[in-house]
Formats: sequence, structure tokens, C-alpha cells
Amino acid sequence: MNFEIPDFAPAAPEIFVLAMACAVLIVDLFLTEKNRVITYLLSQTTLLGAAVLTVSLHSAAPQVTFSGTFISDSLADVLKVFIYLITAVVFLYSREYLIARKLFKGEFFVLGLFAVLGMMVLVSGYNMLTLYLGLELLSLSMYAMVAMHRDSMPSSEAAMKYFILGAIASGMLLYGMSLIYGATGSLDIAEIAAYIQNSSSDDMVLLLGLVFIIVALAFKLGAVPFHMWIPDVYHGAPTAITLFISTAPKIAAFAMVMRLLTDGLGGLLTQWQDILVILAALSIAVGNVVAIAQGNIKRMLAYSTISHVGFLFLGVLAGTDEGYSAAMFYVLVYALMSLGAFGMVILLSRAGFEADNIADFKGLNERSPWFAFMMLILMFSMAGVPPTVGFYAKLAVLSAVVDVGLVWLAVFGVLFAVVGAFYYLRIVKFMYFEKPEDKAPLASDFDMRAVISANALVVLALGIFPGSLIALCATVI
Amino acid sequence: MKSIYLTIALAPLVGAIVAGLFGRKIGRAGAHSVTIAGVAISFLLSLVAFKHIVIDGNPAFNGAVYTWLVSDGLTLEIGFLIDRLTTLMMMVVTFVSLMVHIYTIGYMKDDPGYQRFFAYIALFTFSMLMLVMSNNFLQLFFGWEAVGLVSYLLIGFWFKRETAIYANLKAFLVNRVGDFGFLLGIAAIYMYFNSLDYVEVFAAAQGMSGVTIQLFPGVEWSLLTVIGILLFIGAMGKSAQVPLHVWLPDSMEGPTPISALIHAATMVTAGIFMVARMSPIYELTETALSFILVIGAVTALFMGLLGLVQNDIKRVIAYSTLSQLGYMTVALGASAYAGAIFHLMTHAFYKALLFLAAGSVIIAMHHRQDIREMGGLKKYMPITYWSSMIGTLALIGFPGFSGFFSKDAIIEAVKVSSLPGSGFAYLAVLLGVFVTALYSFRLFFIVFHGKERMDEETRSHLKESPGVVTWPLILLAIPALGIGALTVGPMLFGGYFGESIVVDAAHDTLAKLGEGYTGVMGFILHGMMSLPFWLALAGIGTAWYAYMVNPGFPAQVRERFQTVYRILANNYGIDDFNDRFFAGGSRKVGRLFWKAGDQAAIDGFMVNGTARGIGRLAVVMRYLQSGFLYHYAFAMIIGLLVLITVFVIF
Repeated sequence: MNFEIPDFAPAAPEIFVLAMACAVLIVDLFLTEKNRVITYLLSQTTLLGAAVLTVSLHSAAPQVTFSGTFISDSLADVLKVFIYLITAVVFLYSREYLIARKLFKGEFFVLGLFAVLGMMVLVSGYNMLTLYLGLELLSLSMYAMVAMHRDSMPSSEAAMKYFILGAIASGMLLYGMSLIYGATGSLDIAEIAAYIQNSSSDDMVLLLGLVFIIVALAFKLGAVPFHMWIPDVYHGAPTAITLFISTAPKIAAFAMVMRLLTDGLGGLLTQWQDILVILAALSIAVGNVVAIAQGNIKRMLAYSTISHVGFLFLGVLAGTDEGYSAAMFYVLVYALMSLGAFGMVILLSRAGFEADNIADFKGLNERSPWFAFMMLILMFSMAGVPPTVGFYAKLAVLSAVVDVGLVWLAVFGVLFAVVGAFYYLRIVKFMYFEKPEDKAPLASDFDMRAVISANALVVLALGIFPGSLIALCATVI
Repeated sequence: MKSIYLTIALAPLVGAIVAGLFGRKIGRAGAHSVTIAGVAISFLLSLVAFKHIVIDGNPAFNGAVYTWLVSDGLTLEIGFLIDRLTTLMMMVVTFVSLMVHIYTIGYMKDDPGYQRFFAYIALFTFSMLMLVMSNNFLQLFFGWEAVGLVSYLLIGFWFKRETAIYANLKAFLVNRVGDFGFLLGIAAIYMYFNSLDYVEVFAAAQGMSGVTIQLFPGVEWSLLTVIGILLFIGAMGKSAQVPLHVWLPDSMEGPTPISALIHAATMVTAGIFMVARMSPIYELTETALSFILVIGAVTALFMGLLGLVQNDIKRVIAYSTLSQLGYMTVALGASAYAGAIFHLMTHAFYKALLFLAAGSVIIAMHHRQDIREMGGLKKYMPITYWSSMIGTLALIGFPGFSGFFSKDAIIEAVKVSSLPGSGFAYLAVLLGVFVTALYSFRLFFIVFHGKERMDEETRSHLKESPGVVTWPLILLAIPALGIGALTVGPMLFGGYFGESIVVDAAHDTLAKLGEGYTGVMGFILHGMMSLPFWLALAGIGTAWYAYMVNPGFPAQVRERFQTVYRILANNYGIDDFNDRFFAGGSRKVGRLFWKAGDQAAIDGFMVNGTARGIGRLAVVMRYLQSGFLYHYAFAMIIGLLVLITVFVIF
């Protein structure tokens, strides 16, 4: 067997992030509490550098390297740029929160960067092993981040649950992969796809592998009934970590769905479509209904995530290019909205006070009309009210589903979106029609206020001019 | 040119926003300066557009300026169609609007809502421009509703007056009826043509002429007739045609400048403009044209008669507006679209003039509007008197004045029309000439001549209005006098409208008239020998006799024909009927639906019931989230097993 030196260029952003994450780790050792901000700045620089590298090395034709285990195509590049952007904003939102809670440590940023690296590998993986590698790197970083607040009981409990359930899911994923390897004789996505093309699709082993893989994917995204970790982890983890978990990794998980289900197992579309229909319907229903009963906004947003995952699946299960691009549009929009919503929770929190009850939003309009309006935009967008971008996201996935003849599923989705509107609008009601319990105006750094405003305004602006992002999603699929 | 068109529409909007939102900061002078500047820019640029399209002969502009969304073949966009018809409307709208803006400085001088008023009328100008410049039905509908909204706001401008609130609600509700038809028409167009773009719809209209639809089982209707009539119902609301005219007289509760601008010169003509714009559709459906013809004829004659018994100076002019709108509608029905638009233009000038002159009288009379308290104002207000004279002569169609050309052309066009109902329409418009002359000169004589019936206090303060009021009068008097003679040739017979108006050769009434057209002088001479001229003279003579020579005569007539008088004074009982049947009836039905349908079934059972149900479900399902790790893992395994069982084993 000849060993060829692989072409490193397509993986340059990954290599850069890896090198920088190690550098940050070492630099951080020599910093005192006071100048910890250097770690922060270095991490932001890393993300910026990676973005520059990704954009400048972008080429229209897909490049496959490392013996076919790694791919760099338009889909990967676009998703990566969004991952950098969202992670950078997450770091920015988290800074003050972490400082106030004495969690402003190098670990947060190092683990964050390793998670980003994991996501990048996941996005670019073109072999089952690469995908697994990326997923584990991401997951392990996440487990550690959730547990970072060591003295907090809920935090440790959440980390424990996350770790154990995550391990079960990883096991299922590996088992599914090995079954598929057994059936097809390959771990390479392209070869698996070619094998399925040329053989009958009712191979029992293959189907078994498919089910295991879908279960693992559903766990990662948080689809019912594999969603149970989400509320507890979102609730237990420090808000800054919840913010991170709920945004960028979803984009990476979407990429994994695309690589495994459509690129690799696309030949089994009719089989996995039925499974996704069930998962999507359950997620939309359970997510929206249970969210109503929540009094904690982090838990509420956790259930809202579950319902959004259901909608995301609607786009994927359509199995058409329109559906995939609608799902991609949905996941990007979801990440933006979730970023803003958890950002608002952070903005409302202060040292020693977690603003994580829905009641904490009472009378926000009297305390700060501007941010109440920003939250209003975000909630409207999550509920899917035009002219915010959330409306277009829902519209796109629903029309994709209708196009393949699953009208009942679209109707089902719309009905539960109406149920979901209740808990989003309840926040709006609290903000505008209730008296504040706490009159203190919001205090925060300028960059935080500017970026969170920009975040919400982008949600509104994309709703008015959705064309460019929709077109982008359509071209990369 | 695209940016010029965009500026034309947006300049008044900018003025409106500045005056409306920052009115308190920029003060009164600031508010009127900024809105007048906006409208003046629009007017000047409209002239540029006119030169570009009409004089230089460039092709019409048709394009989108902003695409809001594309969904499933439906494109929702803001777009302009600027052709010869549009440029004419743009000039009329912006010119009259500019005059009214200037006039308002004097009229609303002491009003606390000064800035608000300017913001509204500038907003109106924007909306009206969006309406006429549109290249698609959606934007047309936007403009249509936006002018309706501003009209509503302005009728109720003095919102502390009971009557003003009543009037604006009435206008709103009656227009809802019309808009309902209009919206259905647009929906029908979208359903069958799958497009809302004018050009695409017009191009496809020919192919649709044979299509029939079933509105009720078993009855086939021609699609285009249904669309035509539905759209025209919208026009009936906005252009106040019988029986949806009831809101217009009451709209005189608003300040006089807007009576001139919105309820006489521009907004109420939107329906006329719309039908002319849709000529490629209407030309394919004679049934709809006949319908339009008859409605217009009824409005022209019977609304004019009501003008005879009114004593409020503005209401007399309001009924004359109704009657004139009827004339325009008749012209549309007779396929003389160019005649309708021509009359629309001349009417815009002379009716704005008449209203503003009436406003000038009202200022002098300290906001008293009853003509029985006026008289002999000629010597106090010479400018107002002479401009009113020009306006009145134009209104009755005295040869040489602008109204003469347009009205005569309409009457002649109806005469040669062969549609069902054209005989009745001809009779109605002919008698209408007599009635018009009678009520116009009744008003004129009572207000400006005869005994001075006002009290001593008022008489001592009588004087001509200030320059900001009289200058617009003078500037409007010029087109009221001369625009007809100047433009009759090209507009009616010279193919001014080019491609923008389509007339089927079979009922091209104006072309028939054009065969005998020998120039302006010939037209005047012919007019002086025809029946309408003598009817108009007879009307003036009757008015002269009844109100100058023998003032007791009207009372005698009233005594003798008491029933007729009562019918007229009660607006043929239409208002009573509406109040009792529609208003009362729908309140009863509404109460029923509210109690039984809304409160009990929908709120009680469906909405609150569902909400309660889902709330309970949520609480129950919440317990599934037990917090125990082994429950979670168990759920995952169960999920996996179920999926395997369902999808692999079976």
C-alpha cells in the first residue's frame, strides 16, 4: 500500500484552528486573572483567521483529500463560516456573564475552540470515521463545558446526564456504522452511496444500520423521543454554555445529517423518510406542547429547540433539493434566533442573579423599551410571524413538504406552530403588559448591546430581504 | 427615469413623515414648508415625466422597483407603469394637491391640528400617486386602501365632533362594501390569470373572453363580466356611485381643503381611473359596460336632483360632484374612456376651484355654511366671485369653458353608443345638464347676489380672503377656463392615450365623434346648436327666475310637490334604509354571532377549550421528564426498539 502525502490545503482552516487552540491553551497558562482578556481576544482572532482562510481557500469545485476522508465543498465552507460567526458572537455574549460568575477561564475558550474544530471536522467529514471523530471531539468538549461550573449541583448533574446519554448515542452511532460497513464493505460515504445504488435496498443489515444511525442523529439534534437530555442540560448548564450548545452545534449536526443520510444513504430515501416523518411529528408536537408548561425560560427554549428540530426534519425528509436548502435555511435562521434569545437571557442576568425565569421578563418594556422590542422581534421570529425571517424559514420547509405530497404533515406542523405561538407571545405579553418586579435598567457593555441589537435587527432585516440567504442555501446544496 | 419616478412618489411621503412625526419640533411653518416642498417636487418631476413620455415620445416605463417576495409564481412587488394615462393623472393629482397645500395655510391658520393636517394630505398625495403609478393589482389595492385610510382620517379630522365621527365611520363602512367586491375581483384575476401584473393580465384577457364560471350551480357567467363587475363595485364605493354614494355628502364634515382635494378632485376619481386603466378587460365584456352605463346614468341624474334641495354650501357642491362622477362613469360605460379621463381632468380643476372658493366664502362667513345666511357677497369678495363664476360656468358646460368640451363629448358619445341601456343613459345625462345648471346657479345667485341675509356682526367682518387662499383660486381658474379648449383635440380625437387605453372598434364611440370633429371652434359652434346648450340656458334662466326675480317661487313649488320634496330631502330614503336594514340588521346578526357563535362555541368551546386541553396535556407530559437518567435512557432504547420493529422487521 503506497502512502501518498495528502493535500493539506483544503484542511488549512482546521489545521489553523487546532494550532491556535493549542497556542491559546499554552498562552493562557502564563496569564493572570487580570489580563485573561488576552485569551478572549486570541480566541476571537482564531475564529476570524479561520474565517479568512475558509473564504480565501474556497473553490467552487469540491476538493477531497486525506484518501477520500475529508471534503471541502461549498456546503462545508458556508456552514463553517456561519459556525465561526456564531461562535464569535457566543464568546462575545458570554464574556461579561462569565466574568461576573468567576468562570472567565481559559478552559472555556480552549474547549470552545476544540468544539469548533470538532464541528469543522463534522462538517467536512466524508468518511464515517471522520464524522465520528468530529462528533466525539465536539461532544467531549461540550460535556466538559457543561460541567465547568463545578460548584453548581445542577450543572454537574446536567453534565453527568449529558455524558452518559451521549455515550449511549455514540455507541449506537458506532454500531450503526459497523453494520453499514458490514453490509457495504466500506466506510467511505461515496462508496457506500455507490454500493446502495447498485444493490437492492431491502437488505436487513443495512436497514438496521440506518435505524441506529438515525437514532444517534436524532439524539444529537434532540428529536423526540431522544430529546430528554435537552431540557436538563439547557437548564443546568451556565447560560453562556447553553447559548453555545443551542446554536453552532446544530449547524454541524445538520451537516452530519446531510453527509450521512443524503450523501451516503440517499439510496434509502424512502426508508428514512418514514422514520423522519415520525420523529418530526413527535418533536413538533411534544416540543410545542410541553414548552407551554415551563416556567423557566431556558427550559422553555429547550423545548422550543425540540420543536424547531422537528421543522428542520420536515425540510430534510422532503428528500428534494428544495427541501435540503429549506432545512439549511431553517437551521441557520434557528441558530441566529436562538443566539439572540439566549443572548437576551444573558443580558438580563447580573452577578448573583440568573434571569432564567419567564417572569424575569415582566415589564421589560418599562425598563428598556429598545431591548424589549429586540426580544419581541426574536420571539415573533421564533413563532414564525412575518415579516421576520422565522416566517420564511417555516414557509420554506412547509412548502418543501407540501411539494412531495405530505400535506397532512404540513398542516400538522402549522397547527402546532399555532400552539407554539402561545409561549412565545406570553413572553411578549410579560414584557409589555406586566409591571416589572425589578426596576433596575439593563447594564451591559457597549459591544454586547450593539451586537445583540444587530442580532435581532438581522432577524428582522432577513425577513424583509430574505432573497440572498435563500439563494445562498439553494446554490450550495 | 426610474429614480425620478421613485422620487415623485416618495417626496410627499417624506414630507408626511417629517410633518407627522416631528411636527411639534419643526413647528407650523416647518410642517407646511416640508410638505409643500415634497408635493412641489412631485409636481415638477411629473412635468418632467410628461415631457419624457408624451412630448419626447419615449415608450412607457414598466418595471419593478422593489420585489418583496416571490412565492410559487406569485411575485409581490412595487412597480411603476408610467404611460400617457399615468402621467396625466400624476400631473392633475400633484397640481391640485399643491394648490390645496398652499390654500390650507390660510384655511387652517387657527387650527390646533395644523401639522397633523399637512401630514395627512401629503400622505394622501403619496397614496394617490402609488395608486395611479402602479403596474400591478396588489399595489393598486394598496394605494386604494391607503387613500381610503387617509380619507377616513381626514373626514374625522375634527374628531371631537359627533357628526364627523359618524361621517368617517360611514365612509369607512360603505367603502368596505365596495372594497370587498374589488378584492374579490382581484382574487378572481389572480385565480384565473395566475398573475397580478397589468401587462400580463391584459395580454391574456383576450384569450379569456370565452371562459365561463359557475357562481351558483347551473348558472354560467362569463369570467370577464364577473371580474369587470366586481372591480367596478370597488369603483362604485370609491367613486360614490349609486347606491354606494351615501358616504360622500357626509364626508363634507371634513375641512374644506380636503373636500376639494380628496372628495372632489382626486380620490373619488380613482374608480374612474381604475376602470379606464382596465379598459382591455372591460372592452371584452359588454354586460359589464352596460351595467356601468346604467349605474352612471342613475347617479348623474338623480344625485344632481338632490343638489336642488340642499342648503349647506358644501353639500350642494358634494352632490354636484356625485352627479359629475356619474357623467364620468357613463362615459366609461360608453367606451369613451378618453372622454371619462378628460372629464376627470377638467372636473378636477373646476371642482377643486369651486370647493376652494366655497372655502373662501366659509372663511369670510366665520365658518358658517348655510347658504340661507349668505347673499350679496359679490361686492365683498371679488376674486372669489369671479373664480366661482368661472368654476360654475365650467361645471354647467358653458361653451368655451373646460367642462363644456368634456361633458359635451360624453353626451355625444352616449348618443352614438349602441349598448343596452344607452337610450336611458342619454336621456339621463341630457336632463342632468338642465339640473346641473339649475342647482349651480341657484347656489351662485343665493350666495353672491340678492339680499344680504347675514347678521350685522358677520357683515361687518366680511372681506376678501388672504393671498394664500386667493392665489390658488386664480391658479385653478386658469385651467378651469382654458384646459378644455387646449386639450380637447389631442385627448379625445388625437390618440393622446395611445396604447394605454384600448377600445374595441365595435363600440368606439369617440372615433365616431371624431369623424365630425373639425377643431375647437367647430366643436363650440356645434355645441351651441345642440340640445345640451339650450338645456343649460334653460337651467340658468329657471334659477334666475326662481331665486332672483321671484324669490317666493321655490316655496310655492315645494308646497305643491311636497312628496317629491320630502323624497329628495331624505336622499330617496336610502340612508334610512341603510340605517334600518343594513346597520340595524347586521347589528342584530352580529349580536347573535357574538353570543352564540363567538362566546359560546368558538371562545368557550374551541379556543379556550383547546387551550385548556393543551395546557392540561402539557402538564401531564411534563411528568415524563422525570429527571431520572434511567428513564431517559429507557426512553431512548424504547424509541430505538420501536423504530427497528416498525421499519426493519416489518
